[in-house]
Amino acid sequence: MIVRTLVLASALLFAQYATADAQEPQAAQAAAPAAAAPAPPKAPAVTPAPLPPRHVNWSFDGPFGAYDRGSLQRGFQVYKDVCSACHALTHIAFRNLAEAGGPGFTPDQVRALAASYRVPAEPNDQGQTVDAMGQPLTRAATPADYYPPPFPNEKATRAANNGALPPDLSLVVKARDGGSDYVYSVLTGFGQQAPAGETVGGGRFYNPYFKGHQIAMPPPLSDGSVMYADGTMATVDQEARDVVTFLTWASDPKMEERKLIGSNVIIFLLLLTSLLYFSYHRVWYGKH
Amino acid sequence: MAGPSTYQPKSRFARWLEPRLPIISFAADFMVYPTPRNLNVWYAFGAILAAFLAIQLVTGIVLAMHYTPDASLAFNSVEHIMRDVNFGWLLRYMHSNGASFFFLAVYIHMFRGLYYGSYKAPREVIWILGVLLYLLMMATAFLGYTLPWGQMSFWAATVITNLFSAIPVVGTPIVQWLWGGFGVDNATLHRFFSLHYLLPFVIAGVVILHIWALHVPGNSNPVGIELTRPEDKVAFHPYYTVKDSFYVALFLIFYAAIVFYAPEFLVTTVNNTPANPIVTPEEIVPEWYLLPYYAILRSIPNKLIGVLALFAALVTLFFIPWLDTSKVRSARFRPTYKIYFWLFVVDAITLGYVGAHPVDATLFNTAIPLVWIGRLATLYYFLHFWLIMPLVGRIEKPNPVPDSIAPAAHGTGGAA
Repeated sequence: MIVRTLVLASALLFAQYATADAQEPQAAQAAAPAAAAPAPPKAPAVTPAPLPPRHVNWSFDGPFGAYDRGSLQRGFQVYKDVCSACHALTHIAFRNLAEAGGPGFTPDQVRALAASYRVPAEPNDQGQTVDAMGQPLTRAATPADYYPPPFPNEKATRAANNGALPPDLSLVVKARDGGSDYVYSVLTGFGQQAPAGETVGGGRFYNPYFKGHQIAMPPPLSDGSVMYADGTMATVDQEARDVVTFLTWASDPKMEERKLIGSNVIIFLLLLTSLLYFSYHRVWYGKH
Repeated sequence: MAGPSTYQPKSRFARWLEPRLPIISFAADFMVYPTPRNLNVWYAFGAILAAFLAIQLVTGIVLAMHYTPDASLAFNSVEHIMRDVNFGWLLRYMHSNGASFFFLAVYIHMFRGLYYGSYKAPREVIWILGVLLYLLMMATAFLGYTLPWGQMSFWAATVITNLFSAIPVVGTPIVQWLWGGFGVDNATLHRFFSLHYLLPFVIAGVVILHIWALHVPGNSNPVGIELTRPEDKVAFHPYYTVKDSFYVALFLIFYAAIVFYAPEFLVTTVNNTPANPIVTPEEIVPEWYLLPYYAILRSIPNKLIGVLALFAALVTLFFIPWLDTSKVRSARFRPTYKIYFWLFVVDAITLGYVGAHPVDATLFNTAIPLVWIGRLATLYYFLHFWLIMPLVGRIEKPNPVPDSIAPAAHGTGGAA
């Protein structure tokens, strides 16, 4: 009975990895993503169901997976050069970029990076919050500051984005079903022709991985959108993998610490359970 | 506890304290408490539940030191815990998954009681206090679920508090009184936090009563007969302290596996989006442990009757000691009841499955609407307790019950 419970529970635990491995090779899916989808029901009023996300073999998958440092650094560059024009990263401070388990920038790199941004300043010694021209006072950011959002508030965001609201990206991987695979699929799911019967609204783009197959975000990535410092070829696929790795870290910055402590805790509990099992049989000897 | 104490104070301090506050003899009696020696693994869940109450209290108290119950700050304060507080992610994942494992354990504990007839005379009060604990746990879990102030937190709070609006005439004033305003907002979050902090201590108090009520007649056991011979019992310590510790540690392995390797497995992704009163999530689903009752609520088209059915399903549990008319306690000797017990387990799982899916869903790509499966399962839930249980107890011819646990105590360990 106990063995059966154990097997069931481990099956439950690793189901997410098991199903991920069982996916078709992504290259085959990428070649014919539309063909892989079941024929949508012929009811125009029904919102078409999004395609299941394509699976990528991430470096951070599985109980021992870790973030690929190079990919995290490149991914931050993609966020900084492309995504940050519209998407905020509210929960990430500059200092996080130098913390253990993260992109691994040096404290000096982070200080220099932060100093290149202006953030609203605190009142100066005269108590002023605006300069002589009536403009709000600003100062250079420090590692303790949070990544400045592209727009000051939701109204400004919508006004600049045709009424759409680009979501904050600091939790996006944890806040979407399909997680990293989903974000990757949406980023690389552009450029396909909408099938007959599906009309794409004005200011919208066809993307079969997005709910309703229409997204207000224009295709954000193109070959060469960024120039990687480490010489990696900046293809759309590479940029998407890198930025998704970065955003996965942004959602779950303690993942590496968690998995490391987890393996220690489980080894400890296995030892403790074995010792208690032997103690139990020793104490109960002759009582059974 | 039951009977006069056999404890003799030895040290000078103990001899001085004993007539003033007999706390040492109380603890000593607890240790020698005579326990049936044939309890199997399913009887270890009481200890597992005690362990989880402790885990939830300790992690919860520390989390409260870093959490801010303000509608505009709550979500960010949880992210602060996850990102900036030392091991904050561990505390939060232990606490949120701890609730799930707490319920897993309580369901096994309750089904064990149902299988072995543990609620029968003279143990009705233990069962009633247990059902009360279960209801308090549900209330506490619901209140706690609202605190991160994500989308599902907010909308779960809205849906559950709105249940009371089904009450005629006074419904709306009651809901506004619960909210502290005209919608789920800051006042609601503040009071939910306050109550979420209060109720666990109420639970701890009722747990004391639950154990007290247990220690008067003593444990039931898988054979279901009263044990009169001293050799049928062993001292709680060391026999059950060591056996329960083993099972607690074993259970913690599964808990740790989820906490460290799949901490978001049991959480809806929607709750990682901050609460937004003007955007309703596509599907509002409670946590898995409340799904059967959610299915009962939704299977009835009329809101008031649905809410009444939900409460009736819970209140029914209090009456089980009197609904079961059989003289035999354990399902081991009740061939007919055993079948209906497992049918009820299937029914409860079916209700959970229905509760997890949208109202307009169908069963496994067939044309069978899930809502009708839910209706049948709801009907069966009530039939099980109010018709099958009383009738089976009268009609069934139980197998012969042994007058001693001697054979059962040898070799049938985990077999139910």
